Amino acid sequence: MVNRATKFSIQGLHVQYGGMYALRDLNLEIAANEIFTVIGPANSGKSTFLNSLNRLIDLEAHSRVSGMIRLDGIDIRAGLEVEALRRKVGIVFALPLPLPVSIYENVVYGLRMQGVRDAKSLDAAVERSLIESYLWEEVKDRLRTPAMNLSGGQQQRLCMARILAGQPDVLLFDEPTSGLDPISTARIEETMLVLKEKYTIVLVTNNVAQAARVGDRTAFFLMGEMIEVSETSTMFTTPADSRTSDYITGKFG
Amino acid sequence: MSSKRLRKLKEWWIEKAILLSGIFSVVFVLLIFLFLLREGFSLFRGESVADFLFGKSWYPISDPPRFGILPLILGSLLVTLGAAAISVPIGLAAALFIAEIAPGRLKEGLKAGIELLAAIPSVVIGFIGMITLGPWIKNLFHIPTGLTALTGSVTLAFMAMPTIVSIAEDAITAVPRQYREAAVAMGATKWQTTWRIVARAARPGMVAAVMLGIGRVIGETMAVMMVTGNAATIPHSILQPVRTLTATIAAEMGESVQGGAHYAALFAIGIVLFVITFLINGVADLYLHRSRR
Repeated sequence: MVNRATKFSIQGLHVQYGGMYALRDLNLEIAANEIFTVIGPANSGKSTFLNSLNRLIDLEAHSRVSGMIRLDGIDIRAGLEVEALRRKVGIVFALPLPLPVSIYENVVYGLRMQGVRDAKSLDAAVERSLIESYLWEEVKDRLRTPAMNLSGGQQQRLCMARILAGQPDVLLFDEPTSGLDPISTARIEETMLVLKEKYTIVLVTNNVAQAARVGDRTAFFLMGEMIEVSETSTMFTTPADSRTSDYITGKFG
Repeated sequence: MSSKRLRKLKEWWIEKAILLSGIFSVVFVLLIFLFLLREGFSLFRGESVADFLFGKSWYPISDPPRFGILPLILGSLLVTLGAAAISVPIGLAAALFIAEIAPGRLKEGLKAGIELLAAIPSVVIGFIGMITLGPWIKNLFHIPTGLTALTGSVTLAFMAMPTIVSIAEDAITAVPRQYREAAVAMGATKWQTTWRIVARAARPGMVAAVMLGIGRVIGETMAVMMVTGNAATIPHSILQPVRTLTATIAAEMGESVQGGAHYAALFAIGIVLFVITFLINGVADLYLHRSRR
């Protein structure tokens, strides 16, 4: 891989819920403009990891986080307002969740919240982000209709557009296609491959094949520990750890 | 085979029993309404509906009697609006606080407190209003009596609050957690999330809460009879004594002659009240159903 700037640098990250470790001593660097995928069975700490990157973890009542996460060299706990961090690091959840308003209002939601009033720049943001999420052609004539009328795959791309409208740096995907059919899944994956030109993408997935299809690098998590991280092609041809090969060949999980 | 038939028979019985209870409750309401209509409508043989609804004086026992309920309608309206103006903002804000902001133990404490407030008998609230609030209002505004529409409004606000808070709190808590997460993940602050997402998504339920609270206020009798002064005149300010529709029925039913014009007039007031509460509950229902959709 060509040398790229480091986007996220994670050092000694521990996350506990109550007394239980969800994530243990994680050290990792994520490069700019790569698709970094995380695979692993349930309870392996994948989502915890993702939620640490935008501090959504803070909402969990009994969570305790220690260690250092830097975004572009800045400590995300001390150096940034949490709202600013979350605008830079957008997340797409497993289930598409449009807000109960129109397509247009869904996309501009974050901008309105930041106080953008100018209709022209809102229109422009809607068009740009819907084009980026490959939804524009399908919805451009019905932007004012309720977002709930879209299909599941379209809703998920709308959620991507909603994040893109805020011009983030990083996109986190938390099993974004687990509720979608194969065709919608393929569209989301295509979209990701284009988006990585502009954004850094961290993808948590239950679908090992998906990691193989889109990931530049892949990490394998198991019970709160990162077992292995390497180039995706390496991971899927010659995994270093036997547990990794057991998981990706489907012996457990 | 026979046990299967037995089970089927049991199912059939249970189904019919539930159906019957449902029918009964509807039938009872209908019968009450028919009874009200029958007793009340005899008034309109000697009196026009317009004179009844818009007549400015209520002198049921003078000769000839006058049965104009406009002062009573205005009395009810004034007290209700006053109570709503006090209880709606406080109630909704309390619901938001309990559902969204209050930490665990405080939340439980507040919820229990609100339920306790609902459990106080209305006569007790009326009594407290009469002996503490009345004199206080009298001294505050330098008016001849403390038993005014305002006193009634404040007292009734206390009675509407538990309904408003508990129903609105349910509606707010029912907003899917994912809406909040989505908003927060986009960089919304706690306040932006609460105000723009949660309050908006819960709005139908909050409207229903307000309507049901107001319904309770309009139907309330005992407390309002004790604190509003009971003067059946058209009020010109909130600091005057008024009399409500409900208080009139309660106070005069004992002294009216069964079957007489006064008696019929009180039933006709009952019809008016029935229609008002029916409309309010209807609106509340409409919103509750919308929130479930």
